[in-house]
Amino acid sequence: MEPLMALAIGLLYATAIFMMLRRSIVKLVIGLLLLSNGANLLIFTTAGMTRGAPPLIPEGMLQPLGDVADPLPQAVVLTAIVIAFGVLAFAVVLIRRAYEIVKADDLDKMKDTDT
Amino acid sequence: MRPEVALPVLLPLLSGALSLLFWRSRPMQRFIAVAGNIALLLVSLWLFVAVWSDGYITMQMGNWPAPFGITLIADMLSAVMILMTGIIGLAMGIYSLATTGRGHEKFGYYPLMHLLLAGVAGAFLTGDIFNLYVWFEVMLVASFALLILGGERAQMEGAIKYVTLNLLASVIFLTAVGLLYGTVGTLNMADIALRLDEAEHSGMVEVLAVMFMVSFGIKAAAFPLFFWLPASYHTPPVAVSALFAGLLTKVGVYSLFRVFTLMFDQTMGYLQDIMLWGAVFTMVTGVLGAAAQYEFRRILSFHIVSQIGYMILGLALYTPLAIAGGVFAIVHNIVVKTNLFLISGITHRLQGTYQLKKMGGLYRERPWLAVAFFISAFSLAGIPPLSGFFAKFVLVRAGLEAEAYVATGIALAVGLMTLYSMVKIWNEVFWKDLPENNHVPSPQASAGDDGRLIKPSLWMMYLPVVVLAAMSLLIGVFAEPIMQVMILIGDQLMNPSGYIEAVMGTSASAEAALLEPFEGQAEPISEDAEGNP
Repeated sequence: MEPLMALAIGLLYATAIFMMLRRSIVKLVIGLLLLSNGANLLIFTTAGMTRGAPPLIPEGMLQPLGDVADPLPQAVVLTAIVIAFGVLAFAVVLIRRAYEIVKADDLDKMKDTDT
Repeated sequence: MRPEVALPVLLPLLSGALSLLFWRSRPMQRFIAVAGNIALLLVSLWLFVAVWSDGYITMQMGNWPAPFGITLIADMLSAVMILMTGIIGLAMGIYSLATTGRGHEKFGYYPLMHLLLAGVAGAFLTGDIFNLYVWFEVMLVASFALLILGGERAQMEGAIKYVTLNLLASVIFLTAVGLLYGTVGTLNMADIALRLDEAEHSGMVEVLAVMFMVSFGIKAAAFPLFFWLPASYHTPPVAVSALFAGLLTKVGVYSLFRVFTLMFDQTMGYLQDIMLWGAVFTMVTGVLGAAAQYEFRRILSFHIVSQIGYMILGLALYTPLAIAGGVFAIVHNIVVKTNLFLISGITHRLQGTYQLKKMGGLYRERPWLAVAFFISAFSLAGIPPLSGFFAKFVLVRAGLEAEAYVATGIALAVGLMTLYSMVKIWNEVFWKDLPENNHVPSPQASAGDDGRLIKPSLWMMYLPVVVLAAMSLLIGVFAEPIMQVMILIGDQLMNPSGYIEAVMGTSASAEAALLEPFEGQAEPISEDAEGNP
């Protein structure tokens, strides 16, 4: 399972970087979205994948029986998903407002503040 | 239980929540902006005094023992940074009253300011690497919204670059955190430091160190990753510019200091040269970029980049004295750079423009403003006896001791070129006569950032400027006691064992840290189950 996940994560990162290098601001945001998804999957995978073993301790015992899934990366991923969601919502509103004001979705037309 | 560690985070969150409750009441929000930030300053003073007398102060969230829960820890570096946050927060709270237009106030300027301060304070105090990421995001989201408040074209264009590059940095940071957890199996920074020392070197540690360096490098605006800063910092309302200039990039620098002295100290032999040359190029490109500009806030923005180079130089030299100099540079720069932005806001109010060519004659008109600018500008360039001189003096001395002659020489040359930019502003804004074709708005017609009329209340703008200029002078005059604090910071950062012990407790709990995470977690749960069957 891990090699497959690694491939999927690499693909997500590569696609995301490719999208972010395009000139359209819509593709820029799609790139950001894919990038944060890739990062979330990566956290999930690097901690090791355990199937069908929830980290629950049977009643009256001090530790779980056998190997269980690590709950910490799942908590971390949940937090990261929520943050990515909020930030992307902002980014979508931002590109919409930018499009309304600049009247173009081309990053090359947004160079007034450079230099 | 030491409440002073948590209060600098909780107070701005509380002020922000209160401001949100009084969404429609402008006077109430303004009152909270000042009262909340006064409280923040008092609490940060309390924390500073407590850390000065007691050393490290820690607090385990939810009473989970060290590597399992989230730890808040204040060492001297955190305490100093929190103190600066409190000072800048109060200065901005007062300054914003006079400069923020009603349109901006209506769309949540004050709640966002409080949330930004909460994010900054959280990043300075947390002892958990993922928690650091979360505080970074709190800070970023607040800064995004502040940056586009008003919605002008330049703000949108600047914001797209700012948002994209900062989110990219966040994802690199998050990826590094994920890989780090996969490598050492813990997120507590002190615990990570212990386990990285024990782990055998497989090259993964170097990869992780570089990922952290790149992501914090983007956030700190270090060469070659600084392009978002001069593209965006001159676009928002001036109070927002000043707040960003004072605090945001310094959080990135703080994280670099923290991560590379605590966790990745063994990779410094490998990364030192990269960091040193990164610092040198940051100084040079920043100051050269400023030399080409004729817009007040753009010149200052490029100088932020240039000054970041000095701070990173302190880290790259990697001796206790150099670290002390780097932190001195951070403290000095927070005061001076904020003040220069605040002064640019006053000159904008007086003359209606940020273009140097259209300004002039302010030395005759407002001599005391000229004095405040003079102090801040010459402090930035490092003229004795102002604060910048001592920061640079310590760094240069550390550089000579470490035999990094080229970097030290360039640091001195950059000081001269900083002086050139500051003299340019002085000549254009204060010394030369006002160009005849310039229309100066009368005080009655002065408008907020959104163009609507607000009452002329210049004293609220002058008060923070005068206080910050006096601080810059006092840091220079009383350099000795401040240097003692900096030396203590240098010692603490170069000997992280004190930090690790403060977080992990005595050797007994260090043994517990080596146990599997599940056994440690099982105990409190089972106790609870026995208590409530």
